[in-house]
Amino acid sequence: MTTTEAPRATSPVARRKPKRKWTYYILPVYTWAVLLFLCLPIFVMILFGFNDTKGRYNITFQGFTLKWYKELFAIDGLTNALINSLTIAVIATVVSVAVGGALGMALGRYRFRGKGPLSLVVFAQIATPELVLGTSLLSLFLSLNIPRGYTTILLAHIMFCIPFVAVTVQARVAGLDGSLKEAAMDLGATPVVAFRKITLPMIMPGLLAGALLSFALSIDDFVTTSFNAGQTVTFPLWVYGASRLGIPAQVNVMGTLIFLFGLILAGYSILAGRRKKD
Amino acid sequence: MTSATSDEVKVGSTRRRMGRLTAYWLALPGGLWLAIFFVIPMIYLLSLSLMTGNFIDGFTQTFHVSTYWHTISLYHDQFIRSIIYALIVTALTITLAYPMAYWIAMRGGKHKSTYLLIILLPFFVSFVIRTLQWQFILADNGFVLGTLKDLHLVGSDFHLLATPVAVICGLTYNYLPFMVLPLYVSIERLDPRLMEAANDLYASKLQALLRIVFPLTIPGIFAGVIMTFVPVASDFVNAQLLGGAKTTMIGNVIYTLYLTNNDYAAASALSFTLMGALLIGIFIYARALGTKDVMEAAAL
Repeated sequence: MTTTEAPRATSPVARRKPKRKWTYYILPVYTWAVLLFLCLPIFVMILFGFNDTKGRYNITFQGFTLKWYKELFAIDGLTNALINSLTIAVIATVVSVAVGGALGMALGRYRFRGKGPLSLVVFAQIATPELVLGTSLLSLFLSLNIPRGYTTILLAHIMFCIPFVAVTVQARVAGLDGSLKEAAMDLGATPVVAFRKITLPMIMPGLLAGALLSFALSIDDFVTTSFNAGQTVTFPLWVYGASRLGIPAQVNVMGTLIFLFGLILAGYSILAGRRKKD
Repeated sequence: MTSATSDEVKVGSTRRRMGRLTAYWLALPGGLWLAIFFVIPMIYLLSLSLMTGNFIDGFTQTFHVSTYWHTISLYHDQFIRSIIYALIVTALTITLAYPMAYWIAMRGGKHKSTYLLIILLPFFVSFVIRTLQWQFILADNGFVLGTLKDLHLVGSDFHLLATPVAVICGLTYNYLPFMVLPLYVSIERLDPRLMEAANDLYASKLQALLRIVFPLTIPGIFAGVIMTFVPVASDFVNAQLLGGAKTTMIGNVIYTLYLTNNDYAAASALSFTLMGALLIGIFIYARALGTKDVMEAAAL
């Protein structure tokens, strides 16, 4: 990458940093510009959570206030929607980690009849557009006259989370040494003990990544949910419905808090991963 | 296990049989869940699309294929528009993402994971809220257009919302990370010695890029294109929140037919057509690219 020759006379230690041509800076500047583009809506969201608006419209910045943080739960419909979203996300995460994790183990470690079609289904589900996932489930519920609501949202969310957990766990299991478990069992460990002491700690990173992904997918889901929600309202559905009338600042505040929560979780998992490597 | 005694063989084989049973027990709940809530619904989607009737009198199975021709002739504009938008957005995201993924993978150094975290940051904000922020940023008197209008750089009646530009901008924004990540993974995997070798053999940087880096990252491009094209073609949130009457995409039509008009047969016929069109598209694309194993490339 050096464009100018470093002077020969100086010793290698004291050698000046080579000057760089301006073209060297095109890519970094460009990258930061795109990163800024990606983060722009986040800045706007956080900023307007502090906006001292008069009335319902949150359009121009009128001054700094914390009142929306104090009145966070002032809108009953919005609060209920958020509670629905959070409980659905928690249940969907727990179930899909258990079910999807087992599926990932089976696909990653064992050979069995039907493995091919099963992995095809997992892949097809990930590749299917969400719109089709939503409408096909709706067709099932309509055809069988199943009323749509909280339960159907939950069923749908677990369905679209399972493949993602399965794929992350499968990738993790495939890179593992199976002989460790064999050794444990040769040394007299029961399958349960071998699982708890050997397999579980080894697939833990995969399970955690799958759990984070499931929670994020579930709490954020709009498309599949909108087709299968019936009268139940989740956070994204409420925001979408309110968008025609103008979004109250509480939405920005809740978005900011969810954002910070995700950021802390992600930061923590990166740090934990780094510590383990050392 | 090369010199196994008969005893070891016996232990091995029973364990293998047990292992196979374990595999079935492990795969069963997940497999069933996907069968009931993903595979079977597809069949119901197809079945519903072949019914005739209306919301009040109910639908009966008549195996009428005419719904398909009817809906496609009614909504082919929105169909074509969705495909065109998806093509433009995919092209835009590749152009935006490739240099960035390249720089992060090649020169990111120890900050690679930080850059990747920044790319993932938008996912911590709800999809609907993100899109609404763009509605707000691009608004007629928002801070972008408002400032431009104050400076008289654009006319006072200039607007972005409800135009294709706004919808494409929103779609590009929302699906850019899906393009960056697979590109990054495939560029990061490249052996840097290949570039050194190209340099030693007097290839210019551009030649090295076009003849070494680009061909070797085709699996990443393939994965990225599928991960953006498919969801963009079926998106309806961006067209709803940022677009107008002339930017309606096929997703909006399906949404309205299902949830407002309760015309389930037509809606499911359109969904099924969309799904089929996308599958055929992926297949042709995979063939054209010469990727032997589609699943491997997409799964990276």
